[in-house]
Amino acid sequence: MDLSKRWLSDYVDLGDISPKEFAEAITMTGSKVESFEYEGEEIENVIVGKVVSLEKHPDSDHLWVCQIDVGQNENIQIVTGAQNLKEGDVVPVAMHKSTIYGGNKITKGKLRGVESNGMLCSLGELGLTVHDFPYAIEDGIFVLGDDCDRTLGLDIHKAIGLDDLITEFEITSNRADCLSVTGLAREAAATFNKELKIPEPFVTKTHGDVKDFLSVEIKEPSLCYRYAGAVVENVRIKPSPRWMRERLRASGVRPINNIVDITNYVMLEFGQPMHAFDLRYLDNNQVIVRRATDGEKITTLDGIERDLNENMLVIADANKPVAVAGVMGGEFSGIMDDTTTIVFESAMFNGVFVRRTAKALGMRTEASARYEKELDATGCLRSLTRALQLVEELDAGDVVSGVVDCDYSNKTPVTLPFNPEWVNNFIGIDLTADEQKAILEKIGFKVENGTIISPSFRNDIEHQADISEEIARFYGYDKIPDRALSGVADGRYTPVQQLENKVGAVLTAQGLSEICTYTFISPKAYDKIRLEENDELRNSVVISNPLGEDTSIMRTTAVPSMLDILSRNYNNRNESASLYEIAVRFKSNGTEELPDEKQDIVIGMYSPDCTYFTLKGVVDELLSATGIKKYDIERAVTCPFLHPGRAAEISVNGRKLGIMGEVHPAVLENYSIGTRCYIAQISLEALFEEGNKEKVYTPLPKFPAVTRDLAFVCEKTLPVLLLESEIASAVGKILEDIALFDVYEGAQIENGKKSVAFSLKLRSNEKTLTDEEADSAMKKAIKALEKFGAALRS
Amino acid sequence: MKEKLEAIRALAEKQLLETSSRQELESLRVQILGKKGELTAILKQMGSLSPEERPIMGQKANEVRAFIESKVAERQAELKAKENELRLAKETIDVTLPGERHPLGHKHPLSIVLDEVKDIFIGMGFQIATGPEVEWDYYNFEALNLPPDHPARDTQDTFYITEKMLLRTQTSPVQIRVMEKQQPPIRVIAPGRVYRSDAVDATHSPFFHQIEGLVVDEGITMGDLKGNLMQFAKRLYGEQTQIRLRPHHFPFTEPSCEMDVTCFKCGGKGCPMCKGEGWVEILGGGMVHPKVLKNGGIDPEKYSGYAFGVGLERLTMFRFNIDDMRLLYENDMRFLSQF
Repeated sequence: MDLSKRWLSDYVDLGDISPKEFAEAITMTGSKVESFEYEGEEIENVIVGKVVSLEKHPDSDHLWVCQIDVGQNENIQIVTGAQNLKEGDVVPVAMHKSTIYGGNKITKGKLRGVESNGMLCSLGELGLTVHDFPYAIEDGIFVLGDDCDRTLGLDIHKAIGLDDLITEFEITSNRADCLSVTGLAREAAATFNKELKIPEPFVTKTHGDVKDFLSVEIKEPSLCYRYAGAVVENVRIKPSPRWMRERLRASGVRPINNIVDITNYVMLEFGQPMHAFDLRYLDNNQVIVRRATDGEKITTLDGIERDLNENMLVIADANKPVAVAGVMGGEFSGIMDDTTTIVFESAMFNGVFVRRTAKALGMRTEASARYEKELDATGCLRSLTRALQLVEELDAGDVVSGVVDCDYSNKTPVTLPFNPEWVNNFIGIDLTADEQKAILEKIGFKVENGTIISPSFRNDIEHQADISEEIARFYGYDKIPDRALSGVADGRYTPVQQLENKVGAVLTAQGLSEICTYTFISPKAYDKIRLEENDELRNSVVISNPLGEDTSIMRTTAVPSMLDILSRNYNNRNESASLYEIAVRFKSNGTEELPDEKQDIVIGMYSPDCTYFTLKGVVDELLSATGIKKYDIERAVTCPFLHPGRAAEISVNGRKLGIMGEVHPAVLENYSIGTRCYIAQISLEALFEEGNKEKVYTPLPKFPAVTRDLAFVCEKTLPVLLLESEIASAVGKILEDIALFDVYEGAQIENGKKSVAFSLKLRSNEKTLTDEEADSAMKKAIKALEKFGAALRS
Repeated sequence: MKEKLEAIRALAEKQLLETSSRQELESLRVQILGKKGELTAILKQMGSLSPEERPIMGQKANEVRAFIESKVAERQAELKAKENELRLAKETIDVTLPGERHPLGHKHPLSIVLDEVKDIFIGMGFQIATGPEVEWDYYNFEALNLPPDHPARDTQDTFYITEKMLLRTQTSPVQIRVMEKQQPPIRVIAPGRVYRSDAVDATHSPFFHQIEGLVVDEGITMGDLKGNLMQFAKRLYGEQTQIRLRPHHFPFTEPSCEMDVTCFKCGGKGCPMCKGEGWVEILGGGMVHPKVLKNGGIDPEKYSGYAFGVGLERLTMFRFNIDDMRLLYENDMRFLSQF
């Protein structure tokens, strides 16, 4: 909402207050100022001048050399290309070293050899249009009419009234009453403790009887609470006066003609949307407020044909819709230059219905934006009368007596008990009943016999809490004494949150950086990671109104998100990337239940020296740090996005924990990644439930350890983990540690076989082990591996 | 014989000083004191002395040996010190060469700031609550006093799954979920992802993060809200920080406010960052609307509470001077490794 300072001053005299002070103070009472500016602020050193003489430029057939009187001792010479000037015209003169609209600087110079000491301005060069000065022309110099102060030398802002202060407000949805000059005047008056003067509108001279011109019928009283109409005859369509055009312009509304301007003016003044119909086009002189019928059409004022349906309310005459109720009028019943008799509409529609209609038609208007916030039906007649008063004042027509008022609004004022103590306790202040009463009364509430009566224009008041806000904002939020949080409370992370923190710490310690990715993805991502057509991971939660396909479904796996980021890093020529995310994924449960939201730890990395084992090392460290000492690992040949020969499934106690491996080359290609990448995905939930969170101290050993190395030759495909666990169970509890230290294939080893070497650390808690005991343990190990065809390497 | 001993002693003293390494010293020592050494050779001649002379010469010889031995030890220490000195000089390196690092990874800037916020609130006795991101319309809107067709719904362009299921547009639904599960006293914050149908640009994203706060107890006032937020602002931005509450409107709080903090760049003097105002808006909040308490199963006659919501992206961008929100989701290593 743009507020004109000049207009505001009609209702409240704020005296000498700077725009900044005004903005700050009214913001602190709840009407937030976004910005303020003077009209034409950038225009400088443009003054009023008179064309004393003009003659053709000696070297040009379209330029004119003008002598301009700017109220100084000597005339100044300016060359212009405009063709609409004659001697005696009063015009805006941009002097040497001036600035015009758009920030363009004007200095003196020569035009085809003739000195020019400035520039004569068009409307556009002042940031105006013909709507602001209808008698001027668009492409030519703006010749000031008698509605301007034509004192020579006067600053142009003053001369043409381009000097209003415009304050832009952000009005919250609960305060439709502040979408009006009078509404903001009320807030301003209360903020600065000034008197608010809103005169009651009246008409002095009327004739005839409105009932002879108009009948109104509301078919849907639940959708149209009130419809008031008045008629003006002998309409004299012409531009409205400068003061009205100025105020409309300051409010961001384009002046059209006196009648249309009056409807807009009243809407801005009181917040009540108004409409004017040409009575000629109302068949049977009837206004019927009804639902549209399916298939009905209307061409609205913006020239677009709209399809209507029964979920929209229309203003119709006996035969056809003439306006979409509360949204926009029809083109053919609008005001034209030859209109003679008009109907003013001041009506009240159901806000929800208007909102739905405007949305369905894709046209949000000044009117619908106000109606959808539920306006005050009791204000209809006042606004109607105000329009008629302006008709009289502007001599725009002859007002017909009376109004047709169909009123189903039946609104009773909202009352609440006056309970100052409740307010004090809720806000934490200590105001007397009288102080609270005074605040309420200055913003239109009445306090009588222990009861608060809410003004009809406030539809947001329904509870003591609402009253508290009114008291608090005018008492001043800044004056409410603040109180530090007291009492003891148990602030802590939950065990799962602790695990999340730990995962982050362990992974960053290993050089991985955390990423944050969109949780919605494209369904094509599933193709890119090569999921089968019937893979259950394709069953996603689908957004019905996505921004685009790329963000249209909730991911069932965060692997595509990680691949996207790896791809971006690779294609941004980052040599390496080591990343992780604790990522949410969504499993659909149909439309009647919310989806399951689970978290996965997703790890992704690439670098010149990264291998599967780099990734596995990171995972090993993560599992060990989160309390998983022992886990099973198996080749995962069916994971669609991993290299079948370099992928593994991790499980603990028979429960799947996750997968890891090298990304499948076809997937890399789908993501335009030209290097090997490694990805792991571990269920946070499984990690939480399977991880051993208890740490117990094991006494330091009292007896020395014996170390023995064993090398075997076995089938190349035999997993080392299998050999390890077999040795472990064969040797028993004296095996403190077993570590692989060499795997070798090649010369000296039979084709298809490999040599695997382990270092075994043996220790007893009871005694020093003898050589014999160690030898016997080794024999058990060797024997145990026989069943895999693994022989001791000779 | 005595003369010979004296001569050995004199010569030894001289030769010892001429040694330049410990090996040289050792061979000299062997040459003089070893089994086949000069002094030993003289001692072997002791048998030819008279019994009277023998103890005298013996004593003399021991004196010489002791003297030489102590001189050797002395020289040895000298040489060792010298050698050490040489070695240290030789081993001097350019200490300004880069170290061998095993670089740590980096937490995401959003996490860094969120962790800080969490720590602040945990320190004030808050717990951390969570709620679903795919949420019922009821929790996201209706229970928060935003019935269907409420005009304020327009300010939160919503992604819908079905008519009743949506992507939460705010973390406020967690308020209701917490209240349904827990009677007062309640002190929680609920950080999380939220979704709005905004096209991506430098300051908008369809996906971002909020941190919700909720405190419910007997006798909670707006003064508590103010005090708590003041505490939060000072811990996050430093003791000198001031706050300003401005009246605002949210359907689920009444009275409602927006909170500004003194601009952390200019300290309140006014600069381009705060658009010359000296204040920067960081959160919205207010007293929990009695209807909302009731919807959460809490008796508004007995209890009152306050709630607030902070935009994590905004806090983060301010903190690190990030001018384009998209950087946060692009996750380029060159960006991530700056934090």
